[in-house]
Amino acid sequence: MRTSISPMAFIEARDLVKTYSPKGAPVVRALDGLDLDVPQGTVAALLGPNGAGKTTTVKVLTTLIRPDSGTATIDGVDVLGDPQAVRRMIGASGQYAAVDENLTGFENLMMVGQLYHLGTKVARQRAKELIEQFDLVEAQNRPVKGFSGGMRRRIDLAGALVIKPPVLFLDEPTTGLDPRSRMGMWDVIETLVADGTTVLLTTQYLEEADRLADSISVIDNGRVIAKGTADELKASVGGQRVALTLVNEADGEAVRSILAQHGSGEPVASGGGRTWIVPVADGAPALSAIVAAVAQEGISLHDAGMRRPTLDDVFLQLTGHEAEHSPDETNRDETTEDAA
Amino acid sequence: MSTINPTVTGTAPRASGTLTPVPGNTVTRFLSDGWVTTWRNLMKIIRVPEILLFSLIQPIMFVLLFNYVFGAAIDIPGEGYTSFLMAGIFGQTVVFGSTYSGSAMAQDLKDGIIDRFRTLPMNGAAVLVGRTNGDLVINALSMLVMMGTGFLVGWRVTSSPLEFLAAVALLLLFAYAFSWVMAFLGLAVRSPEIINNASFLILFPLTFVSNAFVPSENLPTPLRVFAEWNPVSALVQSARELFGNVPPGTPVGDAWTAQNPIATVLLGIAVMLLIFVPLSIKRFNSLSR
Repeated sequence: MRTSISPMAFIEARDLVKTYSPKGAPVVRALDGLDLDVPQGTVAALLGPNGAGKTTTVKVLTTLIRPDSGTATIDGVDVLGDPQAVRRMIGASGQYAAVDENLTGFENLMMVGQLYHLGTKVARQRAKELIEQFDLVEAQNRPVKGFSGGMRRRIDLAGALVIKPPVLFLDEPTTGLDPRSRMGMWDVIETLVADGTTVLLTTQYLEEADRLADSISVIDNGRVIAKGTADELKASVGGQRVALTLVNEADGEAVRSILAQHGSGEPVASGGGRTWIVPVADGAPALSAIVAAVAQEGISLHDAGMRRPTLDDVFLQLTGHEAEHSPDETNRDETTEDAA
Repeated sequence: MSTINPTVTGTAPRASGTLTPVPGNTVTRFLSDGWVTTWRNLMKIIRVPEILLFSLIQPIMFVLLFNYVFGAAIDIPGEGYTSFLMAGIFGQTVVFGSTYSGSAMAQDLKDGIIDRFRTLPMNGAAVLVGRTNGDLVINALSMLVMMGTGFLVGWRVTSSPLEFLAAVALLLLFAYAFSWVMAFLGLAVRSPEIINNASFLILFPLTFVSNAFVPSENLPTPLRVFAEWNPVSALVQSARELFGNVPPGTPVGDAWTAQNPIATVLLGIAVMLLIFVPLSIKRFNSLSR
């Protein structure tokens, strides 16, 4: 899909293609004609499963990877033609742009400031500010290798904010964090957005995209397969759905055929096959008919109900597979693949 | 605070308060970046003292092992084996020490810190300069320790202080040049484990098929030719002569390299730097593939 070119797009990518040829394996099209427009001061989320091309997209935009073809600009500056100019206005944080384990939190920020050529004095002052802002005062003089996962993400994000960049790239900013740290990161990101920073983030968490992003681009197989606000995407899937949670997974096939009969679309399984969902044309009557039919078959249910579509449904409908909710381990694969 | 960076050609208004670089040209930026990355690598030596510890213990072990195990069996006319051995150990240690550049480079790539650097408007070559500078410091420190150990087992420098310094400078320069070779391998191979294993395949022939531990004249012909043209031999021979550890009347090989060890080693250093500095920088800059 190709959207009209917005004159206000701050981050703009056109038809990005990137292929890898792993040894003894077929060519991987990590990016397959990807387009992106992010207006200034907004948060855009790239949402997609592992290997969809999210990280590759961010790596292209942060000058780490050259695409095979396509163009990308940030604030009108050509990412491929003038990477140094792009680097002077971006901050990047995420699974790949790491901090130095052997340096303290303060030293890491100081180093980044110096490598942005802010001068020792400004670099030191900015490091101090960020340490306070990110609640790392107590830990600032300890080497990062002793930091907890949440602290590490915070210092990593702080590193991306050293020059107060107009554009910020966050690659899976909360992957691998516990729920409390994740909430903390969300608060931080929301504060940044309130300051007018343009943010492009990638996530596998629908909830995260829903909460943080003004616009969501759903990515699969290296291209954008749907784009819009969370509400627009949900509306595009349409209507209400009936969801049944089975006591016994083995009843799945029977339930599927009942749902197919009463629903207005294909029933899909989620939650490891225990929950079956089907879009319905008329909510309440459909639900009672379905429940009656299920009872007649003698199938026991944990739960039955009606609900509005979630981003999960959008995802399922668009990609034909479920979004991953515990990606912490598999998540590494995309990075290694990219590095291959 | 809201000054606009003149080098950015963007048209949209900037987010408020983006910090801008202090004025500077390519050279001052390069020096500053080189210093920052060198500092970072030196901090690692301080924070992970095991690195230094092992790079110091190893040469001590070699001095003691070779001196007492082989020293008893190898007959060197004149001053004896200790005197012969020390320049060899120096040569071997700086070559071994330089391999750290390769594994550390690969490790940095793996850890993602290189990606962090590459999103910053810094000079990429400075990352390599910082790497090789840091390793030069490790090499210098282990040389100090080795000299102390050598002194304890009876090694003596009989030349002038100037010649002594020239020998040290030559050894360190060679180490520095070899660091660039290894840094290139680290960038090319990208796996610290593979680098560690593969480097032994380079290091052992390079240091053992030389005149570092035994006089190369007695080697079988193919090995002797290799040893004669091995830059490590020239390095060791130069150091030996400059330390005054070659007794008068010691036979010298016929090869040009054996006749002119200092010229040979300088040539070797120049060749390594001329090839591997640009190659490493090119490789670093093309990490974006």
